[in-house]
Amino acid sequence: MEHPVVPVSTYLKIFAALMVLTALTVAVAFIDWGFFNDVVAMTIAVIKALLVVSVFMHLKYSARLLWLIAGSSVVWFMVMVGLTLTDYRSRDWLLHEGMRPEPWHSVPAEVMQDAAPSGHNGAEAGSTGH
Amino acid sequence: MSTATSTASEGKHYLNAKHTVLSWLLTVDHKRIGMMYLVSLVVFFLIGGAAAVLFRLELMTPAGDLLRSETYNKLFTMHGIVMIFFFLIPSIPAVLGNFLLPIMVGTRDVAFPKLNLASWYVFMLGGILAFVAIVGGGVDTGWTFYTPYSTMYANSNVILAVCGAFIAGFSSIMTALNFVVTIHKMRAPGLTWFRLPLFVWAMYATSLVVLLGTPVVAITLVMIFVERAFGLGIFNPALGGDPVLFQHLFWFYSHPAVYIMILPSMGVVSEIIACFSRRRIYGYKFVAYSSLAIAVIGFFVWGHHMFVSSQSTYAGMIFSFLTFFVAVPTAIKVLNWTMTMYKGSISLEAPMLYAFGFLGLFTIGGMTGLFLSTLATDIHLHDTYFVVAHFHYVMVGGGVMGFLGGLHFWWPKMTGRMYPEGWAIFAAIVIFVGFNLTFFPQFQLGYHGMPRRYHEYPADFQVLHIMSTAGASVLGFGYLLMAGYLGWSLKFGKKAGANPWDARGLEWETSSPPPTENFLVPPVVRHEAYAYEFESETSPESHPSSESSA
Amino acid sequence: MSDSHPSYLAHQFDDVEQQRQASTMGIWLFLITEVMFFGGLFTGYIVYRGMYPEAWKLGSHELNILLGAINTAVLILSSLTMALSVHAAQLGEQKKLSRNLLATIGLGGVFLVIKAFEYKAKFGHHLVPGEHFHFEGPFSNQVQLFYSFYFTMTGMHAIHMVIGIGILFWLWAQSRKGKFHKDYYNPVEVTGLYWHFVDLVWIFLFPLLYLIGRH
Ligand SMILES: [Cu+2]
Repeated sequence: MEHPVVPVSTYLKIFAALMVLTALTVAVAFIDWGFFNDVVAMTIAVIKALLVVSVFMHLKYSARLLWLIAGSSVVWFMVMVGLTLTDYRSRDWLLHEGMRPEPWHSVPAEVMQDAAPSGHNGAEAGSTGH
Repeated sequence: MSTATSTASEGKHYLNAKHTVLSWLLTVDHKRIGMMYLVSLVVFFLIGGAAAVLFRLELMTPAGDLLRSETYNKLFTMHGIVMIFFFLIPSIPAVLGNFLLPIMVGTRDVAFPKLNLASWYVFMLGGILAFVAIVGGGVDTGWTFYTPYSTMYANSNVILAVCGAFIAGFSSIMTALNFVVTIHKMRAPGLTWFRLPLFVWAMYATSLVVLLGTPVVAITLVMIFVERAFGLGIFNPALGGDPVLFQHLFWFYSHPAVYIMILPSMGVVSEIIACFSRRRIYGYKFVAYSSLAIAVIGFFVWGHHMFVSSQSTYAGMIFSFLTFFVAVPTAIKVLNWTMTMYKGSISLEAPMLYAFGFLGLFTIGGMTGLFLSTLATDIHLHDTYFVVAHFHYVMVGGGVMGFLGGLHFWWPKMTGRMYPEGWAIFAAIVIFVGFNLTFFPQFQLGYHGMPRRYHEYPADFQVLHIMSTAGASVLGFGYLLMAGYLGWSLKFGKKAGANPWDARGLEWETSSPPPTENFLVPPVVRHEAYAYEFESETSPESHPSSESSA
Repeated sequence: MSDSHPSYLAHQFDDVEQQRQASTMGIWLFLITEVMFFGGLFTGYIVYRGMYPEAWKLGSHELNILLGAINTAVLILSSLTMALSVHAAQLGEQKKLSRNLLATIGLGGVFLVIKAFEYKAKFGHHLVPGEHFHFEGPFSNQVQLFYSFYFTMTGMHAIHMVIGIGILFWLWAQSRKGKFHKDYYNPVEVTGLYWHFVDLVWIFLFPLLYLIGRH
């Protein structure tokens, strides 16, 4: 069925769920999950998105072709992010010691004028990721 | 379809259905919109070509004696912006695709005719903005708008040019969206996916690339715009922004954009080769799927434009590796076209000559691409004339040759007149020779180290530069010759019958030019595509042309 | 070709079902271009946040979490009224349709007004990137980068809202004339899909911009 009439009660339930999840995402933001901070936030956002897409946007009741279209956009977005990150994540890997390049994110001192003396700066945090 | 030819003799078709200028400007007929695109594109081609003439003249001598370096920079930027955004990308989809695709799938119009008309207006608006930017002071960033030059140093005309390209992007999105929906939802009864002409498959693959890629360049141009116009810092290195991020986003679209230019040409070539070899395309399904494969793989390779930027070597390796995969579906196509011609009864009319031109030139363009996608050789060849020659072989040798071949092939269908064959063959040869003379020396120039985008050069390079300029004049002469006889044929050309090439496909089953709603009787498809083993229902022998029955 | 070609059936289509499927497919294709459009911004966001996590947190802390949360709720509510508009159109309930469309417009307006107040506050605190940008604390340059993304992303989103509200007004006027009924409500459905998409973007923008490192 491509154009279903979804009962109002379903819409209301989805609405309630979205509101609860919004409250939840704010609440959990104040808890430190360490590495999982973003994972938690994004999981909630993805669940909300799936609720909107499947019921409000009727995808659940639609032809498979539309699933394919919707899915392809997500896949393509991931391709864009993924391949871009192959660059940013590997910029300061080494081929061998002698080839160590200047750190790619090294910003001239006058630009980083306000970098914290403790060394807890963005550049530092960026290179601890691997 | 004898009804089609008999009513054609009554003389009502899409061209003379209405005559006022307004009936053209407000038309929702996909055929008229295609013709409006054709006229606009010719104008843009002339503008882009004029710029090329000027800087080729400058390059005759090692010293910069004709143009100042800023003027030279503005000219090659103008050439790039106009030719890529306002000629090559729309060329086949907006002209031939608009005209033919609904007829090929056997429907009255595209799915959203008003959107189709809107696409032309949007395109013209973008073109005018870009033109104003060029005339009102010029832009010298190169067509790629690289940051931080475009955002921090170039003159503010770059804002206008960026807006122009941004707006023009919407027109290709509108066209692509129309095509995909039309192909999915509006095929004639009996016209299954694997009975579609390969041109339709190619347009389908192209449209997917447009839909997934164009929005990314659109937002990238928006980022340039907000940085330049409102002083936000997106790519600004002074704030820790990364100008190379711009290149990632830009090439995410602009590498696939090469396939927006080349896939439609491949579709045209499939039609032409089948017709003039009188054979079904060898390995139809492989050719169809390879279009989709090219569209998909084309999105995984963009980093090969950034080997010598600050992109990491590891990412460079990945992109280099992935790039080689594009060669596979491309090679499948070339092989299948060759196999189609094998033992076919080949005739050498002008469209077929262009198809041959495409095969040879595109293959050279593709093969030299392998040198550039290899990390190590690219370090040497990057930003030299080798690159310039490579992409001209792909985009002109491939894209434009396909467009011209298609234009000749379907000229009788679009205008109802035959072009003069002798002149056309002559012009095709002139264009082929001129093209090679222009760009082959540039491979040498680049290999020996001549960088692109300089208006002065060491005297050693002069001979090759003069050859290139001489070739460009031959090429220009060929184009003008073609414009001349095509224009002439509009009034004096022999009247074309419904099917002058005895070709197969729904577009040849309706009269030339087609009636406003394409078919007087909605068509039903009973054959595979390219059923050259069967007698055509509208072959010139079995039906008198509209001329003789009139 | 069907013999009965009702006024709401465009000439290029054979029947109402074909037209309906075409318009639904068309809007979904448009929405994937929208995903890629915002996707470019999200890509930039991800890259820079990976580079400057501390600056991103500092920037995020300056945003008003309450207003952001209220706006999220407002937008979700507007998605509900939009869904109910489509529902009313499907059943041919004219009054309900107009009412729900108006509610959607109103909620969209509320969102934009709240957003405007937030923007105004940022001007007041000199957090708008450019010459007058001033941030007390470390990484002021990278915080400026964060705010460049904040304004571009929310600005692009707001532009989509404004366009959506314009279309909704048009729909509302049409619905008052009784243009939509059981057999023809494509424009309502298509606009609905667009509106839900705009909501979706915000569902991601809210945690990514407002909720970083609040603990
Ligand atoms: Cu490329």
